[in-house]
Amino acid sequence: MAPLLSVRDLAVTFETGDGAVAAVRGLSLDVERGETVAIVGESGSGKSQTALAVMGLLAANGSAQGSAQFIVESGAAPVDLLALPARDLNRLRGRRLSMIFQEPMTSLDPLTRVGQQIGASLRHHQGMTRDAARDRAVSLLDRVRIRRPAERVDAYPHELSGGERQRVMIALAIANGPALLIADEPTTALDVTTQAGILDLIAELQRDLGMGLLFITHDLTLVRRRAGRVVVMRGGKAVERGATADVLEMPKHDYTRTLLAAEPRRKDRSRAGVGPVVVEARGIDVRFPVRRGWLGRSARKVHAVCGVDIDIRRGETLGVVGESGSGKSTLGRALLRLVPGSGLVRFEDRELAALTRAELRPLRRSMQLVFQDPFGSLSPRMTVGRIVTEGLLVHEPQLSEVERDRRAAAALESVALDAALRNRYPHEFSGGQRQRIAIARAMILRPRLVVLDEPTSALDRTVQATIVDLLVRLQREHGLAYLFISHDLAVVRAISDRIMVMRGGEVVEEGAADDVVARPREAYTQALVKAAFEP
Amino acid sequence: MADVAATPGRSLWQDAARRLARNRLAMGSLTLLAVVAIAVIIGPFLTGHAHDRVYAEYVRVPAGIAAHPDHARIEGALERIAIRMRVKAELVRAHSGARAGEVVAILEAPRPIDDRNLAYFERSGLFGAARVLERGEDGARVVVAAPIAYERFLLGTDTNGRDLLSRTLIAGRVSLAIGLLASLVALVIGVAWGATAGYLGGRVDLVMMRIVDILYALPFMFFVILLVVFFGRSVALMFIAVGAIEWLDMARIVRGQTLTIRAQEYVQAAEALGATTRGILWRHIIPNAIGPVIVTVTMLVPRVILLESFLSFLGLGVQEPMTSWGVLIAEGARNIQGAAYMLAGPATALVATLFALNALGDGLRDALDPKER
Repeated sequence: MAPLLSVRDLAVTFETGDGAVAAVRGLSLDVERGETVAIVGESGSGKSQTALAVMGLLAANGSAQGSAQFIVESGAAPVDLLALPARDLNRLRGRRLSMIFQEPMTSLDPLTRVGQQIGASLRHHQGMTRDAARDRAVSLLDRVRIRRPAERVDAYPHELSGGERQRVMIALAIANGPALLIADEPTTALDVTTQAGILDLIAELQRDLGMGLLFITHDLTLVRRRAGRVVVMRGGKAVERGATADVLEMPKHDYTRTLLAAEPRRKDRSRAGVGPVVVEARGIDVRFPVRRGWLGRSARKVHAVCGVDIDIRRGETLGVVGESGSGKSTLGRALLRLVPGSGLVRFEDRELAALTRAELRPLRRSMQLVFQDPFGSLSPRMTVGRIVTEGLLVHEPQLSEVERDRRAAAALESVALDAALRNRYPHEFSGGQRQRIAIARAMILRPRLVVLDEPTSALDRTVQATIVDLLVRLQREHGLAYLFISHDLAVVRAISDRIMVMRGGEVVEEGAADDVVARPREAYTQALVKAAFEP
Repeated sequence: MADVAATPGRSLWQDAARRLARNRLAMGSLTLLAVVAIAVIIGPFLTGHAHDRVYAEYVRVPAGIAAHPDHARIEGALERIAIRMRVKAELVRAHSGARAGEVVAILEAPRPIDDRNLAYFERSGLFGAARVLERGEDGARVVVAAPIAYERFLLGTDTNGRDLLSRTLIAGRVSLAIGLLASLVALVIGVAWGATAGYLGGRVDLVMMRIVDILYALPFMFFVILLVVFFGRSVALMFIAVGAIEWLDMARIVRGQTLTIRAQEYVQAAEALGATTRGILWRHIIPNAIGPVIVTVTMLVPRVILLESFLSFLGLGVQEPMTSWGVLIAEGARNIQGAAYMLAGPATALVATLFALNALGDGLRDALDPKER
């Protein structure tokens, strides 16, 4: 019997201003009924374009060649999804063929109640009445384990958490009982603790409904227990394929081995904790007004950070771990006085709380910030050279154009980037390269304290390891103090000397890095450790 | 490092200029705009007609390259001159005493003809001073020759007999000046105001945008009439009035853009570097808001040009005999049934200018977007 989905020699090309760019070059794979097949690869490997080609959702300048035979009803003859007219394909999508996207924030319509979004699909494909569709939506929300489904069916997407939104997306995808479900990085945008729950739910639904599941991810470790077979993609081609256990235990291709060995190397901790204290904070407390009334009177406040103490010495890294919303990013910004807050912050011998914005400016060069999103933190309309030297413009305005340019070249070389690339624009670089640029921008000022806000979270595993190596090397060379913020305990353990676990704006646990990971005291820390090291 | 030193750092603006130079449509448009600008500045001196000279004989002459007057017009003119002189006139094909480009006529009267009456030839506007070639013995039959004053009206003449080419060129001065200057004023004020309000936010934003709302609420005509009452009527006033109103849209658009850009991490990164507010506005906010701004400006210029013609129509803008494209087009539109050519010259000039501005605007927007390759 023919497999549920049989992709043969799929090639996806995009017509761009610079000629045709091939995203997928001759990929073949089969998905059987009730089977999970994983496609693993770094960003840019063509794994998402494969899914979009099968769904017929390629961008307007993209085209797919090859074939994708799909059995719509069991026993029926297969149809080629790539050759199907748009109208016929539209009748299949959402009914026999569904997809879950990465970003649960943007893939739901913000102006429509979630129940209506699910109901619309039911009414369109099954011709249900409005009331029947609503009842079915409630039971579907219950099926994906959203608490109080009868109430939440009338909620707008922004009223739900990220995890709940992804559950709604799943409910939407399975509403019409599809034969094939494609999940494109369904948990990448979620917290580690939420990830596991979502993956378990998808696996359970797949088993119960007997769907074929095409699971796309960049994280090979996520695949271990959840996929029967795995295809490793690189540069638009499958470099390795086989049963998951075989591929993970005995990888044949070098690239697969790199993916598996991508755990970041540990920092040498022999000299930590001996230097002078660089920053010392007592009782950092931040409250945000939630709703601003007429003429700026605030009605309600959210307590983002509640009285946190911090000490970091020269050459030391303090890791801050927690879910999104735990206040860890706000803590980092409050330490640099980028958000208004109370509490004492002593930077070397200066008390920051008493300084005005203008008085603070000369100190800014000594304390820098690196952001999570290497796509959002670089201005798209500045050349890399200008981005890197912006700090010099502020702090050493007397430098000549030529001298600034020379410093830019040196800074880029210090983060292992080719200095000749400094007239390029950020969009011409990969995520890892962009993060190096952001680091170079902070380092050019020779800071003594650097707050790293999730600097590796948006990057692939293999790239994460090289960025951590770079950060450790820079710390050793310049004796930097780091505040390293992340939700990923594996990375935090690799780079930190001490770890602080935050939840709801408070510190729940603090200690030496290895102690916290090896012997977590609090239940919350234990859950984080479990999520990070036992996928 | 050797090759590194050889490639100097570049800025967005240098890159944009380079990319713009590669865009043929944009460069063509730029050339066209330059040609139009030069034409309206020096053109009126070269046409041979002053823009306010009235040719009473040539009212509503169609456009064309033929020289005027033609034979029929000469006959008609001669007849009118004869009536004024109280003589009978007859055209003569050729005469041994006549020079090239002269008309020869035999004038007959029952009494002797006074030579002073020959001044009527020159007064008609079609001929030069007439001279006597032959005189009959009794003086009642005279053969005269008069040089024909040939004129060319490439775009025809208007209802008052003024040369439309000269008028179109002189009108371009007013239209281009107000279109570009008022738009520039709107651009500078609007971008600075909107970016400042959007970036500073809070109470400053509230106050600044309420000022915009108040100005919006003022009826435009009321505002202009007020200005006229206080300062008297002048072209400079029109610039002020149009500029003062048109920056409001720009300020709102830029503020909206700024609100989204302000939340971007690269702005926070600049704040963390210690950059000043002015530095952030100049290096980050304005370059990243520039796309919609350019599109708005290219739509603003035609609006300003048409607004000017509206003001002129009401008697608050340019005054006859000065004119502008908008005024000429309105005049042409009124005469479209009998004299459609009156519309052709000014309309072509306006359309070509606006098309070039739009294409240039698109080119600029693309050139300023590094992702556009």
